[in-house]
Amino acid sequence: MIIATFAFYLFAVVAVISGLLVITAKNPVHSVLWLILAFFNAAGLFVLLGAEFLAMLLVVVYVGAVAVLFLFVVMMLDLNTLNFREGYQQYMPLGLAIGLVLLVELATVGAGWALLPEVEGQLAAPIAAAEAAGLSNTEALGHILYTDYVYFFQAAGIILLVAMVGAIMLTHRSREGVRKQKIGRQLARDPAASVEVKKVETGRGI
Amino acid sequence: MEDLLREYLPILIFIGIAVVVSAVAVGASYIVAPQHPDVEKDSAYECGFEAFDDARSRFEVRYYLVAILFIIFDLEIAFLFPWAVSLGATGEFAFWSMMVFLGVLTIGFIYEWRKGALEWE
Repeated sequence: MIIATFAFYLFAVVAVISGLLVITAKNPVHSVLWLILAFFNAAGLFVLLGAEFLAMLLVVVYVGAVAVLFLFVVMMLDLNTLNFREGYQQYMPLGLAIGLVLLVELATVGAGWALLPEVEGQLAAPIAAAEAAGLSNTEALGHILYTDYVYFFQAAGIILLVAMVGAIMLTHRSREGVRKQKIGRQLARDPAASVEVKKVETGRGI
Repeated sequence: MEDLLREYLPILIFIGIAVVVSAVAVGASYIVAPQHPDVEKDSAYECGFEAFDDARSRFEVRYYLVAILFIIFDLEIAFLFPWAVSLGATGEFAFWSMMVFLGVLTIGFIYEWRKGALEWE
């Protein structure tokens, strides 16, 4: 299918270009916007691989939520574009060293990649088996995720719980002296206890 | 696989049309409209004023807390989709494993409610 090939090259090229622009853009907000474009193109590539559910998840979770979070972080850090180059020389060796370590790790994983012989055939068509059984992508995932991989699934739940507790611990501050609306107390008040009728005589105050 | 991609073909065509239309809208106004820039024309008009400051100011960290709590429940919903469509085939065990998952996240929900993280003040 010629269109699929064309779409692959389109998505791949745009993804790589926007990925490069993420790290070269001067303005951090522009970087985040390029990152969103890269996410969309990665979603397109997932669709081409037949991983529909992952593609939609990438759009919903990464574009819809993670990118917004990145924008918040960029806004919160109050980055000043002028003094970006400050300490550039000083930190360059460290940055290069970390980059090199990551590169070596990636190369090691890439070179040491070995597949079981029975899995090798599935590489060309990852969901061929499920498709033959008439299952959609999402169903195929649901068939194994909650039964065969139940421990990983529960671990995901625990990780989300830890993330929730951690975020609250780190960022939540209860402020002093804030007057909140306490609906319970408002409703609990009764007129007899809070209003008093006084007879005021003519010509005299209370 | 072929059928799957064929279903997505209209979306690809729509993306193409959207890109072309938006490019034409922006490009045409750039090319067709007469442009004679001038210092006075580009400056802020009578009632306008020069910007005092950068539009980007620092956010309060509480916005971030709301966003991260949103992401967590977003992911929880994402786990519900495959569960819902395959529940007929996977049966009781999958049902209860999801209930445990939801229970764990409900603990977190109760925690954040009691901590007052959902209140704005």
